[in-house]
Amino acid sequence: MDTMRDRFAPVMARLLDEDPRVAVVLAEIGRDAFEEAMRTHPDRVINVGIREQLLVGAGAGLALAGLRPVVHTFASFLVERPFEQVKLDFGHQGVGGVLVSAAASFDWPEGGFTHMAPGDVGVLDTLDGWAVHVPGHPDEAETLLRHAVGPGPDGAAKDDKAYVRLSVQANQAPMPVDGARMLPVRQGHGGVVVAVGPMLDHVLAATEGLDVTVLYATTVRPFDAATLRGAVADLGPGAAADVVLVEPYLAGTSTAAANDALLDVPHRVLGLGVGRAELRRYGRVEEHLRAHGLDAASLRARITAFLRAAA
Amino acid sequence: MTTTTEHTYTYADLPGLMRLMTGDEKHGPAATSTLDALWVLYDRVLRVTPERADDPERDRFLLSKGHGPMAYYAILAAKGFVPVDWLEGFGAYDSPLGHHPDRVLVPGAEIGSGSLGHGLPLAVGTALGLRARGLTDPSVWVLVGDAELDEGSNHEAIAYAGPAGLERLHVLVIDNASASYARPGGIAARFEAAGWSAVTVDGRDHDALHAAYTAPHPGRPHVVVARVEPKEHTGEPKQHADDPKSA
Repeated sequence: MDTMRDRFAPVMARLLDEDPRVAVVLAEIGRDAFEEAMRTHPDRVINVGIREQLLVGAGAGLALAGLRPVVHTFASFLVERPFEQVKLDFGHQGVGGVLVSAAASFDWPEGGFTHMAPGDVGVLDTLDGWAVHVPGHPDEAETLLRHAVGPGPDGAAKDDKAYVRLSVQANQAPMPVDGARMLPVRQGHGGVVVAVGPMLDHVLAATEGLDVTVLYATTVRPFDAATLRGAVADLGPGAAADVVLVEPYLAGTSTAAANDALLDVPHRVLGLGVGRAELRRYGRVEEHLRAHGLDAASLRARITAFLRAAA
Repeated sequence: MTTTTEHTYTYADLPGLMRLMTGDEKHGPAATSTLDALWVLYDRVLRVTPERADDPERDRFLLSKGHGPMAYYAILAAKGFVPVDWLEGFGAYDSPLGHHPDRVLVPGAEIGSGSLGHGLPLAVGTALGLRARGLTDPSVWVLVGDAELDEGSNHEAIAYAGPAGLERLHVLVIDNASASYARPGGIAARFEAAGWSAVTVDGRDHDALHAAYTAPHPGRPHVVVARVEPKEHTGEPKQHADDPKSA
């Protein structure tokens, strides 16, 4: 299977062809995949070198000039290193754009902690107005990129702010994601498990045979409170409103959003995800999943312990 | 509300307009460090008017050094972008005119600023965007302070824009020797090393400023270093100074 990142440049090449407002800004990373698009659209595919403050600032400047910038590099260098540029050059200036990251929480474990960004969604969550898309399959990445970059449903030009988090971690099969709502995957009575993006296959394996509802989320901001509330109501009369969030970034990132969604219902929320402590380990993705308790066996143990504790 | 002037303001009116904001009879060099350079730019160079504030073909001026914006607001008022009667509210809760400008609130302000080192990268993007839209005529100007150049983000922009040949990009450096660590002539030299056209002038000499602003610079971005009286050092970091007259 190709990766989400393999889809990024081809999708952007088509969007560049289709919409003269679209521009791509790179900081060396990902440059090779854009060679052809750079030849076709030399003024709208821009590589600024290894300069991430300029990457984000120039992206916002393109928006000031009326373009729809798509700004790309690894997550740690896109939203963490130039965070103030994200906050001020887009947010405070009141302009829109799309940030597309790669490498996620630990896509390149051999690279170590400098290339890991489990906190990316959390730091963006301190800002207003950013949509956050976390695809779980290359097909979903394509859909969500088009959703974030392309024109709105009425053909109108978009000027909103969106973050698309690409990862080499992916589920086997794509889901029909729409850039807004969570999708129901399983219906049960003993609790609701929300799997975010690439966590879905692990969650499905972990909850095999358990009487739980599984929701699949790829757009986590704005948080789809209505679908979560509906799933909790559908657990049935007398069921405990127990919710487990399984996120491929920092554990607990969406716990507050889930709590807010269930404000009028007595409930419990367990936030699972990447741990805060630095592992100082290299190795393989599967080893990091296990170390953070995100493999199927660890998830099953943690989910059943949480649900049993309610009974 | 109208943003058109009822009469034409001149350079001689600017101290009076600034007095509406500060209440001071006279302004020291710090408060007026940008005044002459900005006046010549708005009065004789920039092709932008209140009526053209949304015209894609307008020249863009980005005030990156957003603190001490009284001279900027005075000129925006003199040129009819903002009503003169806004000036007295400077810094008040319900005033659009803060001690750092906000583009969302101030007609004619192309960017909001305050945190140093954001304007030049935004100007690079604006110049790239105009070129991508086929708008090759408008000039993009950005004003930075000499100490603002301490911020590394500027150097990312300077080092990129020269080799990229962003000919429509112009930087105006107001040099009041406020950087704690600097070498004489270092500002122009750093731009020149990155392939920029560079001119250093007396920042109070209107004709010299005009000549520097309009000097041809084919294929290269252009920097004008406008030297003014050294800032009185207060020992306070400028970015956090409470005193709005600090410039």
